[in-house]
Amino acid sequence: MHEMAIASSLIEIIQEELNKHGATRLLMARVCHGKLTNIVPEALQFAFEVQTQDTPLAAATLEMKEISVTVACGGCGKEFAPDNPDLFYMPCPHCGREFAHEVLTGKELYLDHLEAE
Amino acid sequence: MEIPVIRNILEANDKMADQLRELFTRHRILVLNLISSPGAGKTSLLERTLSDLKNEFTMAVIEGDCQTSNDARRVAATGAKAVQINTDGGCHLNSSMIMAALENFNLEEIDILFVENVGNLVCPVEFDCGEDFKIALLSVPEGDDKPEKYPVLFEKSSAMVLNKSDLLPYVDFDVERATRFATHLNKDMPVFLTSCRTGEGLEGWYNWLRDALNQKRN
Ligand SMILES: [Zn+2]
Repeated sequence: MHEMAIASSLIEIIQEELNKHGATRLLMARVCHGKLTNIVPEALQFAFEVQTQDTPLAAATLEMKEISVTVACGGCGKEFAPDNPDLFYMPCPHCGREFAHEVLTGKELYLDHLEAE
Repeated sequence: MEIPVIRNILEANDKMADQLRELFTRHRILVLNLISSPGAGKTSLLERTLSDLKNEFTMAVIEGDCQTSNDARRVAATGAKAVQINTDGGCHLNSSMIMAALENFNLEEIDILFVENVGNLVCPVEFDCGEDFKIALLSVPEGDDKPEKYPVLFEKSSAMVLNKSDLLPYVDFDVERATRFATHLNKDMPVFLTSCRTGEGLEGWYNWLRDALNQKRN
């Protein structure tokens, strides 16, 4: 459950951004996470809920937006978006190579934006 | 109001990991982050390595453990300096824990620093600890499908140690299969088949350590 540690880093960043913009009430925070990270969205949402209980962030919703995978083929170099991304099996539609592609998107984990008052 | 942000959620950890890396580079220390399931033999591999190479290098260990300090005691018995971090149930080490642990060491004296992470194949992978290399350690009774089940670890590791090779005659473990999947993810990754009981394969691992330290220093 490393999502507990991730949630606490997230809350720190949110707090900093709210202060910077003079906002006091958080309505929504959107987190983008790549499909190939080790993040379980429900676990992060749960961790966020637990850690914001009885704080001014408690009423906010945490939106999780998944970022899909695109790779550059390790064989022919062409870019493609695999249907069922799996680090072991992403057959290239151009040359058929199945693995060892360069991952271009799908490994992100960042706070995208906030809605606050 | 809408506040655009775009900030890496692990930025605080990553920034401190970069500071650690600078510090280690300045002191010419090779740092290895050992990741495995509980019971795969991280501590045994360290005990052997620390004893067998003690006349060659000065080595130190940061031990991550949920509780207890049993592992630190085993490692310290080899004469190497070991510091225990108790994570109180936490599933991984992070860079601020490493930074705090460094207060216990004289960095001038250390050639190689091992970080023995908490036994877990998922969580430690996400947290940069300022190491030069992650090492994935797997023991043969665990099954040869671990690289398939935990691909991110094997993708991010720079070497794989397959430990407890003396048990190969008694378990269904296909070395070729585990190696094939790990090297699919990471094509130049060296694989060491070792037994800390018989000493099999350890020389290859030691040579890799020697090379890695040399490269760091040149
Ligand atoms: Zn291709």
